[in-house]
Amino acid sequence: MRREAMPASVSAVQRGNTLDVSNLPSYGFGTRSLMWWGTVGMCAIEGMAFGFMILIYFYLRSLSDTWPAGGAAPDLLWGTVNLGLILASAIPNYFADRAAIDQDLPKVRMMLVLGVLFGLALCGVRWLEFTALNVRWDDSAYGSVVWMLLGLHTFNLVTDVVDTMVLTAVMFKQPLEGKRYVDVAENAGYWTFIVVTWIPIYAVVYFGARF
Amino acid sequence: MSSDHARAELERTWRDPATLKGWICTLDHKAIGRRFIVTALLFFAAGGVLGGLMRHQLSEPGKTMLGPDLYNQVFSMHGTTMMFLFAVPVMQGIGLYFVPLMIGTRNTAFARMTACSYWVYLIGGLTLFTGFALNTGADAGWFAYVPLSGPEHGFGKRADFWNVLVNFTEAMGLMVAVDLTTTALKMRTPGMSLQRMPLFVWATLVSSIMIIFAMPTVMLGANLVQFDRMAGTHFFNAAEGGDVLLWQHVFWYFGHPEVYFIFIPALGFISAIIPTFARRPMFGHTAIVLSLIATGFLSFGLWVHHMYATNVPELGKSFFTAMSFMIAIPSAVQLFCWIATLWTGRVAMKSPLLFIVGFFVTLVIGGLTGIMLGSVPLDLQVHDTQFVVAHLHYVLIGGALFPLFGAVYYWFPKVYGRMLNERLGRWHFWLLFIGFNLTFFPLHVLGLDGMPRRIYTYSADSGWGPLNFLSWIGAMIDDLGLALFILNVLRTFWKGERASDNPWGAGTLEWATSSPPPPYNFERLPVVASLEPLWSPPAEGPREVVGLATNSREGLVTTVLDALPDVRYSYPSPSIWPVVAAFGVGLWLIWSIFSNKGMLIGLILPSIAFIAWYWPSQKEAAEELALEKRP
Repeated sequence: MRREAMPASVSAVQRGNTLDVSNLPSYGFGTRSLMWWGTVGMCAIEGMAFGFMILIYFYLRSLSDTWPAGGAAPDLLWGTVNLGLILASAIPNYFADRAAIDQDLPKVRMMLVLGVLFGLALCGVRWLEFTALNVRWDDSAYGSVVWMLLGLHTFNLVTDVVDTMVLTAVMFKQPLEGKRYVDVAENAGYWTFIVVTWIPIYAVVYFGARF
Repeated sequence: MSSDHARAELERTWRDPATLKGWICTLDHKAIGRRFIVTALLFFAAGGVLGGLMRHQLSEPGKTMLGPDLYNQVFSMHGTTMMFLFAVPVMQGIGLYFVPLMIGTRNTAFARMTACSYWVYLIGGLTLFTGFALNTGADAGWFAYVPLSGPEHGFGKRADFWNVLVNFTEAMGLMVAVDLTTTALKMRTPGMSLQRMPLFVWATLVSSIMIIFAMPTVMLGANLVQFDRMAGTHFFNAAEGGDVLLWQHVFWYFGHPEVYFIFIPALGFISAIIPTFARRPMFGHTAIVLSLIATGFLSFGLWVHHMYATNVPELGKSFFTAMSFMIAIPSAVQLFCWIATLWTGRVAMKSPLLFIVGFFVTLVIGGLTGIMLGSVPLDLQVHDTQFVVAHLHYVLIGGALFPLFGAVYYWFPKVYGRMLNERLGRWHFWLLFIGFNLTFFPLHVLGLDGMPRRIYTYSADSGWGPLNFLSWIGAMIDDLGLALFILNVLRTFWKGERASDNPWGAGTLEWATSSPPPPYNFERLPVVASLEPLWSPPAEGPREVVGLATNSREGLVTTVLDALPDVRYSYPSPSIWPVVAAFGVGLWLIWSIFSNKGMLIGLILPSIAFIAWYWPSQKEAAEELALEKRP
């Protein structure tokens, strides 16, 4: 069982016809935290958008005689570099999550700073990816759908990089409430979503026009 | 601590200051829910005036009050207003008000997000109507089909206003849906296991989850149209490899579930009202819960029945026909459970129940024409005729508006502490019921006779004049009924009879607190041991929760299945930033109508506001640290 899923070590106490909850913790990790549910909702919403965009890609591809229409498939280099980078970013992200659950502040700070650096590098390489698509968004429906897929993922990527920067700043502030560690864990959860969704989107953008 | 002292302290902690800022920034789910409901009803009135204009225009052949161009805008604005600005927000507003009360908690999970969502909704609605006032009203129908709404045929900025409205309303809907889902699953008072969760909360939960899986697609789709219009993309441009039918798929994948996330909360109202007026627990509680969930699932498999007249494969159409028939089953299961409850209860025929009976009759008619339209050959005969207009009004007015009025009569005393007048309520019901049937029944006949929908006039020799005139008379009677309702509300504020805490003798928790409820809802959170805690309170064991702070906004998070107390929760305190963020989003979206640069640069303002919203204040942090206990 994951540590954050364990039931509370203390529970509510019955006193006569009342239930005393004053001993309960004031925050919890994982599904115990409301933030977890909010993050899952956010991932479901964004995931629907990604999923539909991939469906639209194949729908349009199925109607088209030539795919990619009148051009070359995107160059593999930068997208693949980004795939490597984003998979590597999962490592500090994992340790940020662990450190948050252990409430180990120095380690949380270090992993967050690492996460921000990875995020900035990813944004930079993403810029290069757009230059290597070999198609403009207004060239054809193929160009539109490729730009949109990449753009949608970039929007989420940039949002989470900014979020992580703000969170890092908060973790260097005083006084620091314990529930900020939950925020770190949830931010790590959202970053995992960005990592995991990049794999199918990468496959579609770079290989949907090759096979 | 004495009870009076605790109440006074809770009052100090939870009451918003009586200033403009206090009013704007409030996080009280009751204030926000009320705001949603009142705003939605105002949009309903605006949409109703547009509907009345259409009935007047069609009341006799060859009328020239509305020209074809204005008529296009009027019917598009009517549908868009009713679906996006009235039906969904009003249902979510009622959920926001009553879910926390019914599950015995102090506020919703993400109160700041809900506060933000209200302003997003309001700004979106006002933007759409400002466009309309400037002859830039949406004019491609409420489903805004391309290529009519695309870059070549979408005139001026009309379609852009529609696309942006979709962003506003769906952002609002999604924020509220995530809030209500989390609240229903994680904030139920101790003892309220999922088996003991009231049916209205179930309905809200199911519809909220549906919203999370349906609304992102229409938002995405509207933005694709917008990119086609503004940035030269080709998603829907057949000449460059795009496809117009793609829009219909994207829209109806959302559009059909949308009908159901309007309808399912209404089923929740009915399941709240019937046991109260039958004076017995609901017959077949579990069957109703399962039916709600089944309806939610099946509603995602119906969308192609809006597209029978297109070239989708015939085999696909048969699948969607089967699904369209199948969804009648869970609705029928609920109907039979309600009938059984009423049959075996001691029925008190008060105005809320009267509206529910109106629902039974109307929805059954709408359901029957629905089964007709679900089959391909019949649909092809009456596609895009007045028959469809009749059907959709029978299901939406029958399925949602009648239960909504029932809910208003039922819960008004809780919200405002006064009873609506019973006699005026009965007049309201009968005028609405007769007027509604007179307005829309003739449209079935007109549709079978070949009268298309969305035409601004017709010639005298078509023979459609008399029935259209009858329909217009019906609309006038409807208006009279609605006027009586407004009169009833105003009269009640002025001299309505005071309501007790539980004037109908109901069994669920919203009636356990005063009418209207205090800002903190319950002095002590109740512990429950049954489905109707007011009818059968816990025989042994604890009855209420103690140990939550009264000098700080504190609540309780419980486990999903059994609602065991798990974590204490510090609610956020009021802040101006969610409101600023909503206005920032508004500025960004409105700017994006006119400029591609605005689409990018405009993002900066809401981003700053979102960061400021999150940034912890020293005071709050200190307050939380004082109550903090590590897990």
